[in-house]
Amino acid sequence: MSFSVTEPSRRQKWIAGSLVVGYALITLIPLLWIIATGFKSSADSIAYPPKVVFQPTVEGYVNLFTTQTRMGEDLRAEPREDLPWYEQLVREKGNTIVGASRYSERFFNSVIIGFGSTFFAILLGTMAAYAFSRFRVPLKDDLLFFILSTRMMPPIAVAVPIFLMFRNLGLSDTHAGMILLYTAINLSLSVWLINGFIDEIPVEYEEAALIDGYTRFQAFYKVVLPQATTGIASTAIFCLIFAWNEYALAVLLTSGTAQTAPPFIPTIIGVGGQDWPAVAAGATIFLVPVMVFTILLRKHLLRGITFGAVRK
Amino acid sequence: MDRAARATPPPVAKQIKGLSDRAIAWIFVAPTIIILLAINIFPLIWTIYLSFTNYAVNRPNRDVSFVGLRNYERILSDEGTWATMQATAHFLIWTIVIQVLIGFTLAYLINKKFRGNDLWTTIIVFPMMLSPAVVGNFWTFLYQPQIGLFNYVVSFFTGADPSSFSMIASVDLAPWAIIIVDTWMWTPFVMLICLAGLRSIPDSIYEAAECDRASKWRQFWTITIPMILPFLMLAVLFRGIENFKMFDLVVQLTGGGPGNTTTLTSIDLKREAFEKWRTGFSSAYAVILFVTVFGLASIYVKALNKVKAR
Repeated sequence: MSFSVTEPSRRQKWIAGSLVVGYALITLIPLLWIIATGFKSSADSIAYPPKVVFQPTVEGYVNLFTTQTRMGEDLRAEPREDLPWYEQLVREKGNTIVGASRYSERFFNSVIIGFGSTFFAILLGTMAAYAFSRFRVPLKDDLLFFILSTRMMPPIAVAVPIFLMFRNLGLSDTHAGMILLYTAINLSLSVWLINGFIDEIPVEYEEAALIDGYTRFQAFYKVVLPQATTGIASTAIFCLIFAWNEYALAVLLTSGTAQTAPPFIPTIIGVGGQDWPAVAAGATIFLVPVMVFTILLRKHLLRGITFGAVRK
Repeated sequence: MDRAARATPPPVAKQIKGLSDRAIAWIFVAPTIIILLAINIFPLIWTIYLSFTNYAVNRPNRDVSFVGLRNYERILSDEGTWATMQATAHFLIWTIVIQVLIGFTLAYLINKKFRGNDLWTTIIVFPMMLSPAVVGNFWTFLYQPQIGLFNYVVSFFTGADPSSFSMIASVDLAPWAIIIVDTWMWTPFVMLICLAGLRSIPDSIYEAAECDRASKWRQFWTITIPMILPFLMLAVLFRGIENFKMFDLVVQLTGGGPGNTTTLTSIDLKREAFEKWRTGFSSAYAVILFVTVFGLASIYVKALNKVKAR
């Protein structure tokens, strides 16, 4: 290794490395605890001292996806070998499954609303960003700042008129309403980020295409779009994560049909007291996809969280 | 000459078929502007209008009358509002101070480029990307007296009885309970921005300082800190705006309690608007909040630009 005055010494690297790894492990504990609690029995989950080693069970997951009720004494006595494993598991606790829970519905609402709003935010955002990047749009800077400023508003502050507006338009508690709402919120992010990505593509490519006889539209989707794909894809993941995690507006504007998972998960209650393994199971299924996306996004993370203000 | 003009030199622009650039520009921008006007600006104007009335959502048949500035007067003279503002300020100041200190330290250590630093950076970032409502809800479990992991760890190190204190039910501890979780979630945000700042400082500056025999300590205060300042200020701006809007995490953790100790402005606003249904009053509240964020943010951005220009 060549000597450099700015290269930290091996000892420095070792100390820095162990401090950072130590911090990382501490921040991971609550997340690992969520995942572990999902596989605990309800007795293990509230044991003192907290159990690190335990007999894993899928009880929490079964409770998450089903609604149950206490069985009468007479039914409990009767052994039933023909029932499926999950029913057996529930019967050991003296309960019986009476139907599916709402969790999968809420999860699919999150998927539909998340992907739907991301699609529209990216479609419209890409178009607007291209126009801002390549054409002389009157009042361009003011418009861009206006788009950004819509993100500064506390969501609760606009919730009242949106609540009234949705009620008048019949959009309350509908998928379409939530998709429209999240599209609007995500547009600010998608326009700013994609604008930055398109700015980085040299204009000369399009000029060449235009000279070759392409129309503006052709130049846009045959030359510019393929070059901006990674940028657009990472912007899409950011929009998806936002819509996926959003809680304030979802809890105020949805209650049944279009309710997403974040307002639902905290309301999971089992038979007799809060069922923490089921809550943890619901949280695990909901959070793990985002962790995977975070790994995919790592190169563009900074840009996404700062609206493109900081580019590495 | 701006870029748009260069994109289409006049002779080419005349040759191309189809719509003119001007038309395309409008077609591309219009949907975004229309949606933002409908979902953001229209509600905002409606809020301003409602703030001058005594309208209540749950009493649609009552005659709506103009009350002038009475809603604003009542908010500003209300002691509850000021208590809420104080709780918000306490939360804002401490989260920003703690997160800047830890975030900067972490970035500084990661910038020592030890092996595997990319992997660990990504792991540290996880909490920031997760749903605050879902995670906040689970933290109430960690904070439970007797069975909670947090209380167990604290008692393990301090010897205090784990059931002797409750982070979310105690008036003294609750404001810190929300600060701890917010710090856990958002320190990586400050860290990432600081890391970008540190990586933007060219090695040659340190090499020059080394030639001039400047001590490491002096290099830190005269090179690192001034050069990273704009990045730090940007991180503070983002954290400030985000935490001023804070709702989901705290609602799930403490619900604003005990008493009103953790009732931040958004939580108070939600109670006025959706529990007490005082629509006119809460609209005025929303306008005051928006003016505050917008005003403070613009002053701050001006200061930021000054630092950048230096």
